[in-house]
Formats: sequence, structure tokens, C-alpha cells
Amino acid sequence: MNETLKVDRRDARLALAHIYVAFIALGLGGLAGLLQTLVRSGKFTLPANISYYTILTTHGVLLGLVLTTFFIIGFQFAAISRTAGTFSDRVRFWGWIGFWTMTFGTAMTAFFILTGQASVLYTFYAPLQAHPGFYLGLTLVVVGSWMSGFAMFAHYMKWKKEHPGQVSPLLTFMAVVNMVLWLVCTLGVAATVLIQLLPWSLGLVDRINILVSRTLFWYFGHPLVYFWLLPAYMIWYVVIPKVIGGKIFSDSLARLAFILFLIFSIPVGFHHQLLEPGIEPFWKYVQVVLTFMVVIPSLMTAFSMFATFEMYGRSKGTTGLFGWLRKLPWGDARFFAPFVGMVFFIPAGAGGIINASHQLDQVVHNTVWVTGHFHLTIATTVVLTFFGAAYWLIPHLSGRVMTKAMNRLAIIQTVVWAVGMCFMSGSMHFAGLLGAPRRSAFSTYGNSPQALEWIPYQIAQAVGGTILFIGIILVLVIVTNLAFFAPKGETEFPVGEAAESTERTPLVLENWKLWIGITVVLILIAYTIPFIDMIQNAPPGSKGYKLW
Amino acid sequence: MHMHKYEKVWLVFGIGCLFVFLTIVGVSAFAEGNQPPSCLTTIDPEKVDQTPPFNKPGLVKTGDNEYQLNIVASAFAYTPNQVEIPKGAKVTINVTSKDVIHGFEVVGTNINMMVEPGYVNSFTKTFDKTGEYTILCNEYCGAGHHMMTARIKVVDKQ
Repeated sequence: MNETLKVDRRDARLALAHIYVAFIALGLGGLAGLLQTLVRSGKFTLPANISYYTILTTHGVLLGLVLTTFFIIGFQFAAISRTAGTFSDRVRFWGWIGFWTMTFGTAMTAFFILTGQASVLYTFYAPLQAHPGFYLGLTLVVVGSWMSGFAMFAHYMKWKKEHPGQVSPLLTFMAVVNMVLWLVCTLGVAATVLIQLLPWSLGLVDRINILVSRTLFWYFGHPLVYFWLLPAYMIWYVVIPKVIGGKIFSDSLARLAFILFLIFSIPVGFHHQLLEPGIEPFWKYVQVVLTFMVVIPSLMTAFSMFATFEMYGRSKGTTGLFGWLRKLPWGDARFFAPFVGMVFFIPAGAGGIINASHQLDQVVHNTVWVTGHFHLTIATTVVLTFFGAAYWLIPHLSGRVMTKAMNRLAIIQTVVWAVGMCFMSGSMHFAGLLGAPRRSAFSTYGNSPQALEWIPYQIAQAVGGTILFIGIILVLVIVTNLAFFAPKGETEFPVGEAAESTERTPLVLENWKLWIGITVVLILIAYTIPFIDMIQNAPPGSKGYKLW
Repeated sequence: MHMHKYEKVWLVFGIGCLFVFLTIVGVSAFAEGNQPPSCLTTIDPEKVDQTPPFNKPGLVKTGDNEYQLNIVASAFAYTPNQVEIPKGAKVTINVTSKDVIHGFEVVGTNINMMVEPGYVNSFTKTFDKTGEYTILCNEYCGAGHHMMTARIKVVDKQ
């Protein structure tokens, strides 16, 4: 195998370190999730006075923030090293500093959650006030991710300097877009944590402006989900074509889709605040319109994927409208797991459109429907794609190969996950339509006949949650095997090539000043006036409360 | 940038649907008044008990068949927690919080609001059907969050 096609061993260690933390978080966070579904079935109570909300905070932080961020940064380090060359010692050094900062921050946050000093859920809405150590730990996670992000930018710029006038490797470009998105959006959460929450929890200031804090949080909270999704799209666009033996449909359209995600995923946070007082409905609508613009790159992605599949099938001589489906490598977990993720994204995306519409959101806001929604998007589409990537990435990095038996187990894992999620997310959606709230321990609301209607769905959620936990055990078995026990050997890091018919990629797609400029302008348009209103018409601030 | 003919068709169709959809949401919101609850009134969260109308929470008749229902949310209860509303009444519900963020959801209706300290939130609804509705808190507010509930009874007019 050609030397340049392999991630350097030193870079591989950096990437693997991130991936290990991610899968440890998956195991612990998954266990918390299982316990939640059992509590909500009404048939089980947590031992030793453990609070449901402590478990819930653990689940959200470990899976929503730790699993995702660590896996993504590890994957992106590997992808950049693979496509833009081995890192310099300096870049790798900063990668390690970033890793340890994030890991230390995670441990600190986990300590304060598990000792019951921060049962504020992963959205930590003020004026519920956690221990300052909780906010500080989260700050370290974000700061560590910035260090890694800047290490990636430095490597990208070095590549650009060494290859003047050339288009950067597609995977590297995509990873850079994702880190730019991350950097711009985390400024919001950093602002509320550093300027508002931390001084307030330390007692340096008495009161906090609730609406400003929530708005800064959601300025970060929605692009966060695209930060999770874009690495899955990298795998779909670049890796999957190679895995099936086909070509990337179009290099430039893939880049354009990523740029559109950068532009349209940030000025949209108000769609999480549709039912909130203190924000003019006009500005809510402006952001709803911007929210829906991400439908365009999503449709482009869907088209590209199926075009790649069909082109490949037809190149193998199939005919008829759907004949190409038969040619896809259904027995290859590297393809099958992400493909199932794609299928789940169809209802997940439709659900997202519902959630972001004024009138429909009123029916589902803060019901367990929303929980069902993001267990399709992040916990199925993204996570199954990450699992599918782990099946070649980990052995590539650890110098091993996946055995047939492990591949078969990975196929079973995917099926288990899909079945478990149909039960859990499906019943969450139905219960949500009946009005069952999210983020709530078991309750019949004083034997309310309306609440009793949705209890059977909660039992279905526990069934689904149990099946999903079996899925987590299976994936941990596979991942441990690939990292430490699988036979030694060479595994390919699959990187697709664009189909020959596609033309040269326009360089304007790498004009960062232009795209970041447009992003900033849209953010200013969407936020300036309502944000000034919030500050000018602010009510007296709130003191902190510890109500758990 | 070259774009395949089918992709153009697909995107024109998709973006077309998008605009139809946004138009429906927009017309419903701005022309028919189906806006999400977005009240701009502020209040001192520590003086809720002294500030009208929340110093006397409950149902107030404001006109022919028109009512105001003022509710105070606090950890972990609504005041009042039992309300009787005559059938067919048009009720404007005003709600505010004395402490942390709460939710205000009337199960089986589209009454669903965020309740935040410092702000009043408001929604108007006509209750056409008799029966009992559960109010519950759908935003996490602490250890007793899932016990936070109240009832609305819609009754035939005497």
C-alpha cells in the first residue's frame, strides 16, 4: 500500500485517543439512557436515592457533548492527516494539548454532575444554578476543541501554501468548514458561560439576564447539531462512494453544500425559542425562514447520495428504475450502517421541519416528540454513520483488520439499533403528540386521564431503550476488538474520487473571507435588533436557584 | 458549476415546496394571527405577589364571554391549580414565574408556553368543548418538576 495513503502512526495515536474517550462516553451515557427509559416506564425506581435528573444530565452531557465532540475531532484529525499529509510536530502537539484540556474538562464536569451538584441538564438554563466547577469543566471542553480546531486550520493553511492555486482535498476542506462553524457558534455559549454564568455561580454578581443567556445558548445550540451532522455528511459524500466502489457525484456540489450549511445553520436559534416571551414574533419568523434554508443543502446531499448509488449500479450493468439497489454491498457494515442512518434521516428531517414551524411547534414543543426527533437525527443517522466509520477507521489507525465475524456482528448491531430505535423513537413521537412532556421523571399527574393515555407508550420506550442498550454493548464489543484484539494487518482509509465527467472545482468555494463574511452578516441581520431589544427592555435579573 | 438536469428538477421542486411551506406558515402567523406566544410585558420576578394581576391570580371576567386567566408558576405548583371555565369562553391566559423557568402546557390543546422569570407570557384560546384538561410543566425546573400540574374544567354554562 502506498505510504501516503496511510495516517501516520503518531497522528493515528492522537485520533485514537479521542475515539477511545468517545466510546467510553457512549457506554456510560447509554447506561444512563437505559435507566431513564426504565424509570419512565413506571415499573422501576432508581436505587440509593439517585435522582432521575442527575442521570438525565449525565446522559445529555456524555452523549450530546462528549461522545460527539471527541469522535468528531478524532475523525477529523485522521481525515486531515490522511488527505492533507502528516501533521507537523507543532500541530500534533496542540492536538494533544486540546485533547487533554477536553478530557480534563469532561472529568471535571462529570464529577460535579455525579455528585449531584449540577442536575441542570445539558442545556443548563439559568436561573437553575450549578456548581461553578460544572461551568468551568464545560468551558475547558470548548477551549480544548478550539485548540484542536486551530491546529487543523494551521495544517490546512500550510497545505494551501505548499500547493498554490490548487483546490484542497475534499475531506480536509469539509473538516475545516465544520471547525469554522464550530468556532463561530461556540462564541455564543462561551459568552454566556464566561460573562454570565460563571461570575454569577461564583457569587461575583447576584443576578443574571435569563433571556440573553438563553439566546446566547441557542445561538450555539442549533449549529451544534450541524457540527454533529457534517462529519456524517463527510463520510457519506467522500467515504461511502469508495466503499461501494463508485465515484463521488460532484466535488464542487459537495463543497457548495457544506458552504450553505455554514451560512444557514447559525442565524436560526430562535426556532428553539418560538414559544418564548420577550422576542418579537417578526424576528422569530425571520429565523424560521433562515432555518428552512438548510433544506436546500440537505436535498442536494440526498440527491448526490442516491445518484452515486445509481451510477455505480448502472456501471455494473443493471437496468430498470431500481435495479441498481441490488448491486449495493449490503453485507458490508461500512456501507450498511451509514445507509440505515440515511434512511432514518428522511423521517427525521421531516420532523425537523415540523418542529421549526410556528404553529406546529406549539403542539410539540417540549413534548417527548422532540426527544424522539433528535434520537432519529443524532442518535440514529449520525451515530450509525459514526459506527460505520469506526469499522474501518479504528483498524486503520490501530494497524488491524476487521474479521468476517466482526463484520457480521456489526450488521446485526445495525439491525438491533434500527429496531430498538423504531420502538423508542416511534413511541416518543406518538406520546409527544398526546402531550407527554420531555425531560420528566415518571408521573401520572395526579392520575390525570390524559396522562394515563401515554403511559403504554412509555413502556414501549423502555422496550426500545433496552434493545438499544444491547446495541451499545455490541458496538463496544466490536470497537474493543478492532482496537486491541483483531488480527494485525492493513485496513484501507477509503477516500473517494470525483467522477471523471465533473469539471474543475471553482476556487471561489475556498474564499473564506467571502463565506465567513456572509455568515457574519446574516448573524447580524438575524440577531442585532432583537438582542438590543432584550437588553434595553430587560426585566430585573434573577438570583440563582438550586431546586434539585 | 455544472449541475445535472435531474438535480435541477429535484432542487426546483424541493425549493418550490419550501417556499409554499414558508408562505403557509407566514400567512397563518401574520394574516390569521396564529403567532406563537411572544408577550413583551416584563415584571419583577421577586414582586409577582404584589403586582397586578398576579397579586390575585385566577379567572377574571373582562367582557361578554371574555375572560382573563392569570396564573403564577413557581417550584413546583401553579396558582390557582383548579380552574372552572364556562364552555365557549374566550380566555386569555397570562402566566409568569416567581423563580426558575417553567413550562405551561394544556394537554390536548395547542396552549403551550415558556414561562420565564421577569416576563409575562400570554395566549388566547376559546374553549369549545366541555371536559377536564391537565396542565403540566414541560420545562425542567428541579426535583419536583414532574409533580407540577393543575387542572382546567370546562363546564356548561348555568
